[in-house]
Amino acid sequence: MILQALAFYVFAFVVMASAAMVVVSRNPVYSVLFLILAFFNAAALFVLIGAEFIAMILIIVYVGAVAVLFLFVVMMLDINLTALREGFLKYLPIGTIIGVILFFEILLGLGVIGSNQSTLAALGKAGPQVLPIDNTRAIGRVLYTQYFYLFQVAGVVLLVAMIGAIVLTLRSRPGVRRQRISEQLYRPKSDAVTVVKVPTRGGV
Amino acid sequence: MVIGLGHYLFVAAVLFTLGILGIFLNRKNVIVILMCVELMLLAVNINLVSFSVFQGNVVGQVFAMLVLTVAAAEAAIGLAILVVYFRNRGTIEVEDINAMKG
Repeated sequence: MILQALAFYVFAFVVMASAAMVVVSRNPVYSVLFLILAFFNAAALFVLIGAEFIAMILIIVYVGAVAVLFLFVVMMLDINLTALREGFLKYLPIGTIIGVILFFEILLGLGVIGSNQSTLAALGKAGPQVLPIDNTRAIGRVLYTQYFYLFQVAGVVLLVAMIGAIVLTLRSRPGVRRQRISEQLYRPKSDAVTVVKVPTRGGV
Repeated sequence: MVIGLGHYLFVAAVLFTLGILGIFLNRKNVIVILMCVELMLLAVNINLVSFSVFQGNVVGQVFAMLVLTVAAAEAAIGLAILVVYFRNRGTIEVEDINAMKG
């Protein structure tokens, strides 16, 4: 039990620290790398609480796809870093004030602080519920029956996102020579071959 | 020393606040803004999963998966728009990004 608590504190601290580093990092590449660290530790938190399937999906989708996509874009764009840092200190006071206010509002709403501790205490005392079947099986039983249409709609969302990204970034550059096989195949004989009458000893 | 629901919710609240703070601080860098949106969605996922586990109801985890799907789609589209914008303007500053309207 003490080991579990220790693991929670370590993972939670690393998640929060790396999230802070995402925000304050000077170089966007470092931000992406800290984002990856935050996702890994959030997945570890999920494993700790007993949601293994979501943890693995988090690593596969976020670290494997989204974060690598971010890394590609950061490296592909030639960004002027100093110009993008302007205004960081200017917005620091107002941002901090709004962040602190929002944070305490969230804590008040959840009942972590303040007087409204009834629901959270009731839920939290019970501890993590252990289901009789394993996590992946439980999710599958609900996902493919009760929420089947939502599952299909999620697939459609991904399809639309894929087509949208392709359509947005596809461009036809002028002046690039590439092979157009259909034009080659449909070229008539009159364009391709001419019969020349060559005089003897005259050459072409 | 028992780790309860409140601990997880506290972590999620901190992550969400850091996401908001990052959007305020990095007003010019769209890439970092998108990363902060991802952080906020991660905080929402932590909330959903921890409530789901502590209630013994697996539906919250299904919903977390859907949030994950939408986050992936949003990142793909956002970064595609960003690449096109950079190709046209040579910068990714947010100041005059309303040039995208019709």
